[in-house]
This record gives sequence, C-alpha cells and structure tokens, in this order.
Amino acid sequence: MKQQRFIEFMVGIFIIVTVIAFLLLALRVGGLVQISNHGNYYLQADFDNIGDLKVRAPVTIAGVKIGEVSGIQLNPDRFNATVTLKINNDQNQIPEQGTMAIIFTEGLLGSNYISIVPGYNYDDDDNEGNGYLKNGGKIQQTQPALILENLLGQFMFNINN
Amino acid sequence: MVRLIQMLGSQGITILQRLGLSGIFLVQVAFRRPRVVRTVPMIIEQIYELGVLSTLIIVVSALFIGMVVGLQGYNTLEKFGVSSQLGQLLALSITRELGPVISALLFVGRAGTALTAEIGLMKATDQLASMEMMGVDPLWRIIYPRFWAGFIVVPMLAIIFSAVAIYGGFFIGVHWLGIDSGSFWSNMQAGVDYRVDVIGGIIKSIVFGFVVTWIAVYQGMHTQPTAAGISRATTKTVVYGSLAILGFDFILTSMMIGAW
Repeated sequence: MKQQRFIEFMVGIFIIVTVIAFLLLALRVGGLVQISNHGNYYLQADFDNIGDLKVRAPVTIAGVKIGEVSGIQLNPDRFNATVTLKINNDQNQIPEQGTMAIIFTEGLLGSNYISIVPGYNYDDDDNEGNGYLKNGGKIQQTQPALILENLLGQFMFNINN
Repeated sequence: MVRLIQMLGSQGITILQRLGLSGIFLVQVAFRRPRVVRTVPMIIEQIYELGVLSTLIIVVSALFIGMVVGLQGYNTLEKFGVSSQLGQLLALSITRELGPVISALLFVGRAGTALTAEIGLMKATDQLASMEMMGVDPLWRIIYPRFWAGFIVVPMLAIIFSAVAIYGGFFIGVHWLGIDSGSFWSNMQAGVDYRVDVIGGIIKSIVFGFVVTWIAVYQGMHTQPTAAGISRATTKTVVYGSLAILGFDFILTSMMIGAW
C-alpha cells in the first residue's frame, strides 16, 4: 500500500508540474493575459496603401500599445484598404475630430504598425464623452505606409533635375 | 532475377499484413468501452512508470537544448544587430518544433523501449498465455493501461520540455549574454501566438504520443518470443517510432503553416 501511495503522490506532483509549465507557456511565452482584460471596441480607418501591415500589428498612441489590428479588407468601391482596429476599452477618450492614423515602420527594416495621433476635442464643454470615438467609429484622416520604391522613384526624379 | 522480384513481392505482402495486424490491434486496444473504476489505478501506475521516471531526462535535455539554441541564435542574430529578438527565435523554434519532436524522440528511446521489452518479455516467458488461461484478458490488464498512459504522458512531457527549454535559453540570453530581460520577454510575447504556436505544439505532441505508444505496444505484443526477437522488436520500436514522429511532424507542420 505504501508503494501505491508513493506512486500516486509522484503522479500528482507530475501533473502539478505539467500544469505549472503549461501556465508558464501560455502566459509568459504566449502573452495570453495582456489584451483581453477589460474588453475592446473596434474602429475603422481607410488607407491608400497599407504596405506591410499585418493582422495583430500593434496600434499605438505616443508609442504605447493600446490595441491591435484585427482585420484588413479591400474596399471594393474605392479600391483602398479598410483596416479594423481593436482598441482596449481603457482608451475610450480618443477625440473624434482631427485624429489621424499613420502607418509607421518599426526600426529600419521592421514590420509596420499603426500610430494614432489624437486631434483636439472641440466639444469639450459637456463631459458626456461626445466627440470621442466609440465602437464602430471611423478615423477620418490617415496617412499611408512609406513604400520604398516610391521614395526611390521620387529621389531619382529629383536627382535628375 | 525472378527470385529477386518474388522476394520483393513477398516482403511487400508481409509489410501490408503487419500493417493490417497493427491496425486491428489498435482497434482492439484503444476503441473499447472504458471500465473506468478498474483501470484508472493501473493507468496511474503506468503514468508513473512512463512519465514520472522520464522527467529527469526530459528536464535535463530541455535545459541543454534551450541553452544551445539561445547561444547559437544569439551568435547569428548578433550579426544583423537584432539580438533582442532572441526570445522570439527561442520560443518559436521550441514551442513549434523542438519541444514536441525531441521530447517524443526521448520518450521513444526511454519509455518506448521499456514498454516493448516488458511486454515482449511477458510474451516470451508465457505470462500472457497463462493470464489468458486464468481468464484474465491480457489486452485489458497489460496493454490498455500502458497505451492510455503513454498517450496521456507524451503531451505532458512536451509541455514540461518547452517550458524548461525556454527558461534555459532565458538564463543564457539574459544572465550570460546580456540581453535586456524586458525586451526578451516582450519580443517573445509579440511573436508567439498562443493558439497557433503553443496549442499547435501540444496537438503535435498528442499525435506523436498516440503513434509512438501504439508502435511500442504493438511491437511488444507481436515479437518473436526469443531473446533475439525481443531485441529486434525493441530496435524496431525506436526506428519506426522515430521515423513516424519525424514524418508526422512534417505533415502536421505543413498543415499548420497552411502549405498543405
């Protein structure tokens, strides 16, 4: 019987170690905890050229990550890209007017991400949150990604003049 | 000339027969109504034999492999100036590939051969035959617990392997090579997708566990009941098991990456 109890004890320890290792993998390595804390809301933005932007690319304000890109679709009417941004519910005070979404590049050769530059909030007298972007809102002003070939073309053109 | 082709043909038929036999064996062992109360203590005992006693080799190998991948990765990434991405390289290569595959290979070598040898010896010393005489079905008593224990244990070992290897690489990268700890973890978390990488690796190890335990138990059950036969069966377990692991790894990887 003692042998049996020892075996069961060791198997129990084995299972506990596995569960701890799995939690480590999920939380520390996979980063599972970060975004799904307070829920998210979705915004849309149209870009002329998204460059290398991928789904799950970070969305930042002043360099701080506030959400990620959740979807990229081609707009069949205007042939530009409609990007859906998933923003953390903590950041619900992005002004509606004057906010611009720009596609930047991480480092020199890195991947693309979206930076939101908030505009001024003109309707600030009522504190009910009017004038802020809500779920389903659209960021009107955008800047497309920097395409290296276009830049080189402009450079060659200017050099030749 | 004719005899060579004849031998080739007979070999082919023998291989197909053995394949069919292993399939029937699998159905007999795995797919039956489970008798939970009676078999769970036996399964737990086999989990101890196969899993707990393999943990030492899994943990030590994981530590060394994590450290080696960390060193080699740093060596190459440093040339491009992106040594801060070591965490991402380490985590992706270990959770996606090295973790499931190497832990399954180690399991085949350590526990698979033990399974085959044990069952083969029981067959050679007529223990299985005498069990049948007593009215105890050896498939229930011997094979069933071992099969399910192996199936349960391999993913657990793969998880432990992945976690220990990543921490091994973390110690090398941060404490020895001087990468910043915060950027190590944040770059890793940015690059690792929980569902595709971590869960994908676990799915791989579940498939490996199924296949490897099936091969080990089948080879043990169908050895020639001599000493030479047992040694040959043990060798076959390791060889076929390793080939099956690597083959399924390729198939699963191409399915997961979407190139299928």
